[in-house]
Formats: sequence, C-alpha cells, structure tokens
Amino acid sequence: MKQQNIRWGLVIFITPMLLWLLLLIVLPQLDMLFMAVRAENDLGEMGFSLINFKTFFFEPIYWRTFARTATFAIFVTFLTFVITLPVAFYITKVVSPKFQGFLAVLILMPFWVSELVRVYGWMILLRESGFINHFLVKFHILDKPVEMLYNDATMIMGLVYTSMLFMLVPLLSVLESLDNSLIEAAYDLGANMWTILIKIIIPHSMPGIVSGSIVVFMLTLGNYLTPNLMGGKNGLWFTEQIYNQFIASFNWNQGSAFGFLLLILSSVIIWVGLKLSKQKLGQVMQ
Amino acid sequence: MQESGKDSIDLSVHNATKNFGDFVAVDSVSFDVEKGKFFSILGPSGCGKTTLLRMISGFIEPTVGSILIKNQDMAGRPPNQRPVNLIFQNLALFPMMNVAKNIAFGLERQKEKKAVIDKKTEEILERVGLPGFGEKKVDQLSGGQKQRVAIARSLIMKPTVLLLDEPLGALDLKLRDQMKVELKTLQNQVGTTFVYITHDQSEALVMSDHVAVMNNGIFEQVDTPQNLYAKPATPFVAQFVGENNKWEITIDKVSERKALGITKEGFKFSMPLEENLQNDDILQFFLRPESILLQPDPSIRDLNRFFVSVKTILFDGANSRILALLPQSRREIQISLPQNRQFDHIKIGDKIEAGWNPGSAITFPQEKVVA
Repeated sequence: MKQQNIRWGLVIFITPMLLWLLLLIVLPQLDMLFMAVRAENDLGEMGFSLINFKTFFFEPIYWRTFARTATFAIFVTFLTFVITLPVAFYITKVVSPKFQGFLAVLILMPFWVSELVRVYGWMILLRESGFINHFLVKFHILDKPVEMLYNDATMIMGLVYTSMLFMLVPLLSVLESLDNSLIEAAYDLGANMWTILIKIIIPHSMPGIVSGSIVVFMLTLGNYLTPNLMGGKNGLWFTEQIYNQFIASFNWNQGSAFGFLLLILSSVIIWVGLKLSKQKLGQVMQ
Repeated sequence: MQESGKDSIDLSVHNATKNFGDFVAVDSVSFDVEKGKFFSILGPSGCGKTTLLRMISGFIEPTVGSILIKNQDMAGRPPNQRPVNLIFQNLALFPMMNVAKNIAFGLERQKEKKAVIDKKTEEILERVGLPGFGEKKVDQLSGGQKQRVAIARSLIMKPTVLLLDEPLGALDLKLRDQMKVELKTLQNQVGTTFVYITHDQSEALVMSDHVAVMNNGIFEQVDTPQNLYAKPATPFVAQFVGENNKWEITIDKVSERKALGITKEGFKFSMPLEENLQNDDILQFFLRPESILLQPDPSIRDLNRFFVSVKTILFDGANSRILALLPQSRREIQISLPQNRQFDHIKIGDKIEAGWNPGSAITFPQEKVVA
C-alpha cells in the first residue's frame, strides 16, 4: 500500500519533466533525424537517402564552416575562461565581502536586456560612424574612421562577452569554496603565483571550469545572433548554414542533417573535454 | 652547554607593531627565541597572537619594528622566501593531492630531484609515524593523521623556525593530550625551533620551554611555564594561567614581620610582607584553589582561617573543586577538592573550615582606574 503511494508521488513529480523532454527534445530530434535521412530521388519522390550527409562531406563550404565553427567555439570557450577566472578570483578572494554581491550584480546587469539589444549596443559603439570611431578621430588618433565590425576578432569579442556570465557563475561558486589557507599554505611552502594557480586554484576549480565550459561551448556553438550580426560575410557560422537551408533554400532535409551533425559535434567535443579533464558529467552539473 | 652569543638566537622580534586603521593589533612586541626551543604565545582570542604569527611568516608586514631570523632582517621578504613554515589552524592540506604529493610540495618548488624528494618524503613519513601512507588521499586520514601530515609537510623543508597556529584546536580532548606529548617529543628529536600559538593554557604549559602571555597586543609576561604559574607578573597572567580566586584587600596594619589586611567583606587576613607596603594601600590578591586547605590541622600555625559553606561540588576527577560561599556575603570562592577519600564526607550545605598560608597569595597593587 505504502509502496504504491511513493510510486504515485514519483509519477506526479516526474511527469512534467518527462513530457518536456519527450515532446520538446526527443520527438523533434527524432523527426529531424527522420527528415535528415530522406531526400528526393531522381523522380522527385521522397525516400531514404544519405545524400544530405554526403553533400556535407563533399561540399567544402559546409564542412569548412563546420570545422571553423567548432574551432572558434573552443577558442571562445578558452578565452572566456582566461578572462573570467581573474574576475571571479578578484570577486571572491580579493575584494571585501561587502562588495562581492554588488560586483556580481554589476556583471549580471547587462543580461537583463536581450541579447539582440546588447549586440546592437556593440554595433553602435564599433561601427564606422560609431561612438569609438567618433572619439578616435576627434582626438586625432585616427585620420578617418575604421570599420571595426564584421570581422572575426569582433565576433569573438561579442561571443566572449555574451558567454562571460555563464562561466562566471560556476567559477564564483567553486572559488567561494576554496579555502584561502590552501593558497597561503602553498605560498608559505615556496610556491609562486603561477604554481599556486596551476597546482591549487585550477585543480580545485575543475568542476566549475568544466561545467562553465560546457555551457559556454554549447551556447557559442549554437549562437546565431552574434555571429550573424557582428561577424563578417565571408566568415560563416554553422548555425547560419542551417538557417539558410531551412529558410533560404527551403531544403528542410538538408537543414535537418546539418542540425543533427551539430548535435553530434557538440556531444563529441564535450565528451572529449570531460575525458581530458577527468571529470564526470554528473558531478560537474551539480 | 648553552651556546652563547647571537648565533644561538633563531628568531628575534624587535618592537613589532601592527595597526589596522586605528586598531593596534600588536603593540611593540619584542622577544628572542633561542635555537631549538619550544616557544609558545598564549592569549585569549583577539589578543593579536595570530597577527604576530602572520608577521613572522610574512603574510603581514609589521607597521613598525623588525623581525630577524638567524640575524637576517625579513622586511619585504614574501612568505615563499622566508626560512619559516607555518602550520595552519585548519592544517590546509591540499585535498587535490595525495599525502606524498602534499609532503613533496615544498621540495618540488625548490626543483629538487625526484629521487631525493621520494626518499625524503618516505623518511619524514616514517618519522611522524605514518610509514606507507604516501598514496592515501587526504580525506582518508583521521584528524590525528592529518595533523602529522601537516607537520611532515612543513618539517621536510627544514625551516629555521616552525610556526604553529593552534593546530590541535580541532582535535578531541584525548587525542589533543596525546598529540601534545607527541609534538613535544618530535620537537626534541628534530631540534627545530617551534613557535606555537594557542589559547589553551595546558597546551602551552605542557609543551613549551618558554611561554609569552599576550593580551591586547602586548606581552604581559615571558617566562618558563613554572614561573608563569607560580609568579605571575600581572593580574591578567594570574587570572589567565590556571584558576585563581580574586580578592581586593585594604592594608590595615603593617608591622616589622607581617601585614594585616581587611577585605570588603570584613575578613581579616595576614598578608605576605612586601616592600613599600603602607597602611590603606589597596591590593589585588589572587589565591589558587589548591592553595586553600580544607579542614586544616589545628597544629598548623599562621594560617588565615575562615569558615565557608559548600554551595556546589564540581566533580572533575583530579580537578574536582568546591564552590563555596563565604559567610555573610554572596562571594564565591573555588577550593580544590583532593580526591583522596579524605573529604568524601563533605556535602552541599556543610559548613567547613578552610585556611591558607599568607605566603601562597599573589598580590598586585590596585590598578589605577583611568576615568
């Protein structure tokens, strides 16, 4: 009798999550997979075909964009980590506790506006007739305005900026749990700042680093807005390729194949990352 | 036997002062520690002892004053370049490394060869009684084992001075008593100079060659444990080290051979005769619980005798006491209750005679009350 009560409780609590998973994640993905392996044959009839995947591997523009997106996403993740770790360290260990919350909110604040508005903000600052150019010319640092938008460096900056918060939050919580006396003990035993970073701070922060990296990597890989608006026209992001297939070419089957490949890519890279850092997904996501 | 001259001084602190804003944490403290000695700094929490220790280890620079280790001025030298090591209150073992890696951490920073490090690590593990523990993880160790690993991690560096910041605080009582003895033995074996800070007087008294009692940023007294107990230099030391009953007494009559005083409650006590003692002087005097005899033999002369009523018996084994009320007053005093069965008949509410020898009182002139 009791056993059954517990079962009912479990069902009630788990149903919304299962429904969410099934209806919004599993079914669409299955549908995508189904679409990806179908194509028109010579007679114009739909049937099973691996032509969509073949197109990907034999058209350089696709797999090059794919490889470029993967490389850039990894680089953005790394860069975000390198920039965020000192910030997180400063907030948790250097600044007085009174200002910790204030600083964290300060970093959170830009995320109260939508990503689109933030990207437009950057564009106002960086474009040829923009704010920064105006002052550079006014103070005679530049003779005439330069176009700062639409190149890879700006795009990476935009992606790092968008991702910082998602790296910062897990890093803040792991560094919060790092006992200051460990750093002092290492210092006392003759370690310099670099050794303390490598031997104490990073090993301790590993779960936070990995969980932050996974989130940042996936967000960057799947980002459409920032690369589209800030990146150059000759540097495509793979999400744009998917968009083009669905919306521009109206080739949903091809688009589904690309979407599926992106899913496999992110899964493989995260798996490799977990193996390399010797972390377990379950622990990292706690 | 004793080495003489400046070479025998391992640590020398001159006039060290540390201000945090308006607050003076450490106020002009000076002391020397001889090579191979166990020196303790004993004081209540917030007395500045940790600040002092952190100045010696290099985490804080003194506002004024200098710290010399082996006659070398340490000013401006960061902790990683000082020949001292600190054992932290929470031990600060690195949880991301195993025991051997923890111990080898310091030597690895000195770019020592791996074979040498391995050999030394094994030796030191054996020395602290943990042979073969190298591969264990830190969280697999018990409290006492962690303690020993922390000590090994510092001792392997062969520091001139080993600083210990209340490392026994987290252990339970039995283990703490055991570690006290072990630490003292270990210090004797390795011959390293230890500077130990604690708020636990028994740790300081048991282990140390010299103890400094610190309060409000200054050293009240630096002396051997025996002298601290028997001849406290200030009222603070008298109250902080060991138990004491405190009284105020007004000197009534000074004669050639003895002085007579009257307490507020009207007890007349004869007091030890000291220089410059005059009529109407007010003295603070302290009396240890064990200095008061219960039911003293009538044949003993010159005792200050009085009757007390037993309020409570505080049984604590060898440390048992009677909390007694003085007649016609609400004053409580503590009297030692030896557990030799002689006083088993004493019950709560009994009126019993007590007495003390004038020589066993510790007296100080009344402190000037600053308005």
